[in-house]
Amino acid sequence: MTPQQKATLQKLGPFIALLLVATGLAIMSPDFLTVGNLLTVMRQVSINALIAFGMTLVILLGGIDLSVGSILGLSAISSASLMAAGFNPVFATAAGVVAGAAMGLFNGLVISKGKVAPFIATLATMTVLRGLCMVFSHGSPIAGFSSDFFSMLGGGYVAGLIPVPVVGMLVMFAVFWFVLKKTVFGRHVYAVGGNEESARLSGVKVDRIKLWVYTLSGAMSALAGVVLTSRLNSAQPNAGAGYELDAIAAVVLGGTSLTGGRGWIFGTLVGALLIGVLNNGLNLLEVSSFYQQVIKGAVILLAVLIDRGNKK
Amino acid sequence: MHVSLRGISKSFGPVHVLQDVDFNILGGEIHALMGENGAGKSTLMKILSGVYRADKGEIVIDGQATPITSTQDAERLGIAIIHQELNLIPQLSVMENLFLGREPRRFGVIDSKAMRTAARTYLQALGADRIDPEAEAGLLSIGQQQMVEIAKALALNAKVLVMDEPTAALTDREIETLFGIMQQLKAQGVAIVYVSHRMEEIFRICDKISVLRDGHFVGERVIAQTSFDEVVKLMVGRELGDRFPKRDATPGAVRLVVKDLADAGNISKINFEVRAGEVLGVAGLMGAGRSEILKTLFGINPRTAGTVTLDGQPLHIRDAVAAIAHGLAFVTEDRKGQGLVLGMSVRENATLVHLNRYAHLGVVSSKAETTAVAKLIEQLRIRTRDAELDVKSLSGGNQQKVVFAKWLALPPKVLLLDEPTRGVDVGGKAEIYHIINQLAAAGVAIVMVSSELPEVLAMSDRILVMHQGHQAGIFDAKDATQETIMTAATGGQTAAFTADAPPVENVTA
Ligand SMILES: Nc1ncnc2c1ncn2[C@@H]1O[C@H](COP(=O)(O)OP(=O)(O)OP(=O)(O)O)[C@@H](O)[C@H]1O
Ligand SMILES: [Mg+2]
Repeated sequence: MTPQQKATLQKLGPFIALLLVATGLAIMSPDFLTVGNLLTVMRQVSINALIAFGMTLVILLGGIDLSVGSILGLSAISSASLMAAGFNPVFATAAGVVAGAAMGLFNGLVISKGKVAPFIATLATMTVLRGLCMVFSHGSPIAGFSSDFFSMLGGGYVAGLIPVPVVGMLVMFAVFWFVLKKTVFGRHVYAVGGNEESARLSGVKVDRIKLWVYTLSGAMSALAGVVLTSRLNSAQPNAGAGYELDAIAAVVLGGTSLTGGRGWIFGTLVGALLIGVLNNGLNLLEVSSFYQQVIKGAVILLAVLIDRGNKK
Repeated sequence: MHVSLRGISKSFGPVHVLQDVDFNILGGEIHALMGENGAGKSTLMKILSGVYRADKGEIVIDGQATPITSTQDAERLGIAIIHQELNLIPQLSVMENLFLGREPRRFGVIDSKAMRTAARTYLQALGADRIDPEAEAGLLSIGQQQMVEIAKALALNAKVLVMDEPTAALTDREIETLFGIMQQLKAQGVAIVYVSHRMEEIFRICDKISVLRDGHFVGERVIAQTSFDEVVKLMVGRELGDRFPKRDATPGAVRLVVKDLADAGNISKINFEVRAGEVLGVAGLMGAGRSEILKTLFGINPRTAGTVTLDGQPLHIRDAVAAIAHGLAFVTEDRKGQGLVLGMSVRENATLVHLNRYAHLGVVSSKAETTAVAKLIEQLRIRTRDAELDVKSLSGGNQQKVVFAKWLALPPKVLLLDEPTRGVDVGGKAEIYHIINQLAAAGVAIVMVSSELPEVLAMSDRILVMHQGHQAGIFDAKDATQETIMTAATGGQTAAFTADAPPVENVTA
């Protein structure tokens, strides 16, 4: 096997794992391999995938964003409050996304200008923003808005078959793939993650790249918040809590290195699907939720171990 | 001790890096291993020291076939290696690096006092007393890190010591001390393998020389019975022109004017001018502030006093982005840490500085980029199977050419070079000198820091000599000799060793 073939095989590792798990589930549960179920899985995956796409950029930079769940929560509460107060739903939705981007920008500022380690910075904003969720919502869900436009974002179908969030996820996948593969910005993300010092001395505007990446991560979390709020028809004060872990897991399962500089967006999509398929399959097989966690964790560990083994 | 590598072959994927190579080392001799960049020297030495395993062939020690399958095996057999690329752990202190994995213990805990004393002894033996054993390794200059690597290998009390380009980052004073130590070890019966691209050194210190070309063993010679010319011919397989190609550009108008330049504590009162098409060499001992001048000009270290003018315009440069925008380019001495992104491909590294040129509205045209890279690879004769390979899989000299490629395409108005030919072979050096000459002919003002005096003397129009952060003088290269420069660099007292250093001459084969 040539190194190139080996590298390709290694890159396809997560994809092969997904196929294996899916095949196994198809054999064990007759309900798994139906169009309806697969679309349901995809719709459930879309929320995690949207967050994980942004997280991929962050991790490629060698950073981490623990605040995605809280950003999701607070931006959702912002949109929902605006709508409940009678604002135009399109405006309210956009405002929520802008708010999410602004929260991400704040992370970026603290990390690049304030030189705070990403883990610490986003751990702090995660806590602060979750606190603000409670403050603004007084601890109870915000509901009582009805808008066809807004319900369509999470619950609608394109061509009467494909859920809108799935289309959104695929469009975002294409955008992120293009940005990472084809643009100067994408190249600079890899360069900063690979060797920040070399990148800086080569004239890469390292701080600006970081600001953009954390801003994007915030905006993507807010988008995921739109989908979630639309599905539930309300914004919960603890919406998105714990979502950072699934997003990080999807990125890592996809083969992106936590030390930065190496990875790809396709892997993240596959990683998110793998987690989604596992969740769905274990539900179909009526595995108790306690064991589900054990199995999910074990699969993540196994996948990452295989990945490390390959890289030797 | 007699170590014999027999019929060694090694491939990385489809590339045969070594084919049926024989190599013999005897105790009490210093054996040079030479060959062009990518000839396979480091790979052969990594096989001897257990980093890689040979696909074919055997290692015979004192008549006994001895498989070496790990670095621990090699260490147990008394084989120590100083790797070409620095491998210190930057966050650990110098002494922690020195004794990594072999920390002296007392009652089960690390005995830092013993460790400090031992570290000091080893560093002193190398004449590197200025290195604090408790300093963080990552904060040392490249030369100092190299000294620590050497001390680390010496601490192993090896019977076979492999040195893969140990002097590439050192200045003459450290090299002299190192040579003294090598002579001592040789007298004690240690076998030393010395990999270097510096001919003068090899002819001064080594007893024998083995040459590799494209992964093949092409011959062993006794130093006393061979010549520069013969060795070059063995290595290159063809005749090589001037080692230092002539430049016939006459310097034009003054481009860069530096007045009373100072930074926060390393350098002060630096004054010089560089004309278009002129090469200003910068010489001095390790730590004299040579690199700091370049770093301050490029905006990496803040300037605390003085003025810098380029083409009559005062410059206020605070970071690399501004420096590049004003037409400055900087080939740093630390290609691993500051020059390259090792995990990226040759192509991605080569275009990192000027990627925007191949992009429209931020979208890179891969066709334009690939074409540009192919041109650079050809122009610099970078030896790589494929521009898509990770730059870290290239040989050291070829990595250095990739750093050049980054800046060459600009083209810059002022080119700052810090040890531009570190680890580059004779042929590659000549190519880089050629490129420097071409840039000079095109009107670029060049400032070149180098520890290789023959290079400074031959390539510069004028030479600025640094001594302890101050400017000891600027010499016209025509009148300067190794001696005058070393005298200035050491603050007046003549260094004893310059007397027996061979004169600079052009080697024609
Ligand atoms: N890990 C690796 N994977 C793939 N190719 C490699 C690897 N290590 C070395 N090579 C290739 O093997 C060849 C020999 O490399 P090596 O580092 O041994 O050369 P060298 O003689 O030490 O050169 P230099 O003088 O530049 O240090 C080069 O073509 C290099 O690209
Ligand atoms: Mg080498």
